[in-house]
Amino acid sequence: MTISMLPFRILVFLLSCVPLALLVLDIATGSLGPDPGQTVTETLGLSALQLLIVTLLMTPLARWTHWAGWIKVRRMVGLFAFFYAMLHLMAFLQFILGWTDLWATFTKRPYIIFGSLAFLLLIPLAATSTKAMMRRLGRRWKPLHRLIYPAVALVWLHFIFQARSDITEMVIYGLVVVCLLAIRGYWFGWHSLVPLSTAKRG
Amino acid sequence: MLIKKRPSWALSHSDVTPESVYLDRRRFMGGMVAAALAGAGVPRLVDAAALPIQGEPLEFTAMPGFSTDEEKTPYDDVTRYNNFYEFGTGKGDPAQYADEMSVDPWSVVVEGECDKPGTYALEDLVRPHDYQERIYRLRCVEAWSMVIPWIGIPLADMLKRFEPNSRAKYVYFETLHDPDQMRAQRSLFSTIDWPYQEGLRMDEAMNELSFMAVGLYGKTLPKQNGAPMRLVVPWKYGFKSIKSIVKIRFQEERPKTTWEMIAPQEYGFYANVNPEVDHPRWSQKRERRLPSGLLSPNWMETRKFNGYGEQVAHLYKGMDLTKYY
Repeated sequence: MTISMLPFRILVFLLSCVPLALLVLDIATGSLGPDPGQTVTETLGLSALQLLIVTLLMTPLARWTHWAGWIKVRRMVGLFAFFYAMLHLMAFLQFILGWTDLWATFTKRPYIIFGSLAFLLLIPLAATSTKAMMRRLGRRWKPLHRLIYPAVALVWLHFIFQARSDITEMVIYGLVVVCLLAIRGYWFGWHSLVPLSTAKRG
Repeated sequence: MLIKKRPSWALSHSDVTPESVYLDRRRFMGGMVAAALAGAGVPRLVDAAALPIQGEPLEFTAMPGFSTDEEKTPYDDVTRYNNFYEFGTGKGDPAQYADEMSVDPWSVVVEGECDKPGTYALEDLVRPHDYQERIYRLRCVEAWSMVIPWIGIPLADMLKRFEPNSRAKYVYFETLHDPDQMRAQRSLFSTIDWPYQEGLRMDEAMNELSFMAVGLYGKTLPKQNGAPMRLVVPWKYGFKSIKSIVKIRFQEERPKTTWEMIAPQEYGFYANVNPEVDHPRWSQKRERRLPSGLLSPNWMETRKFNGYGEQVAHLYKGMDLTKYY
């Protein structure tokens, strides 16, 4: 298929900006409600999870549609997920913690620990997302980037450990993630889900 | 700002009151005098001119001795930012969906250890009483807070009419359970075992601060705020102030409460506001007084018993509040 990549890239870029644009619009019009810090933090975090899931969707989409364009925008979507996760962390520190109580928060609260670990896992992925780094890492690049699997699992734990009563939404997100991982296991072998391992398949 | 009706010389437990509260009190007394001069205490209809307040106007007496002069949370925020999980876990869900609940007619079953059990129509429960307005702080367990002008009657006045007997050690409350009217009760993955249940120790229920609210901002309660009748226990986290009550039961054993059943390590029966006891998932030392801003967050220190220690600290004398949280 010969779809021009540039318009598609621009489209994906703009779509990835939508959650942030809506948030900025809400801030500008003062329609975030009485607890805007909480709302901003939650919205950014959920956007990060959604974009991580979209990132995981690119490989199956490429196989189903026989179009490599999905793979070509995967890095951009993944970087947007990292970008939202970073904004989410900053918002949490600024609006929820107010930069107080840091030690107790990051050592005692399980959901914070899960979220922090997920973010730590995403840092090397973002840092090695460039073409130059791909070349330098060679065959080690792919196993490294499988860290997105434990990262998304940790993000899900980060959400589920905050749930207070109704977990319907997170059950749905969890099922989507499990399907996206399972289909990889089915296609590429279960060892392909293990990060960092460079063992050959078969 | 702490409000009291008793003169300071009548207090027997000043040892538990932080110094800052005493200092605050002096500032407050001036406000009380001003309020008295302004004619507070005279029955009147509220002037709702500037506010788009929904509901039927109520006649009431302002109770400056039970009020704070802290800035009130605007009506729009009080009625559009709610935790009422029967309608969804989002803060905007109750305002959006509570209209699906019918509150007229409404009746309340009174049962258990009392001499006047029965099914009471709402009107019969509230009509014999004069309404008061009390402006209370509301501290949510989620670390945000509001200041709300409630209209209602002292809980003790209502409960006494049912003539609880000597075996009535606790009073249990229950919210309406009707999945047809409360959409989140139809949810498949809710961990709440409906109906929502709460309870107070008898001496807590009879405390002068405990309040049965039927209105706010001078008019009947919006449905999302717990119409037609809800509890307000201002020294406890908001989830103790159960909404849309359909059952009151006096009992000898301590009732299990909904949040205690879901997560006993996080939510205790007492649930007194206490900055010294963290929620396992977050600190309770501070709160965001709503409305808060992004660039100018309205942080303030959380006070023990939500600042109502002088009225209620004696109820917990000798109790280890880190154990009975």
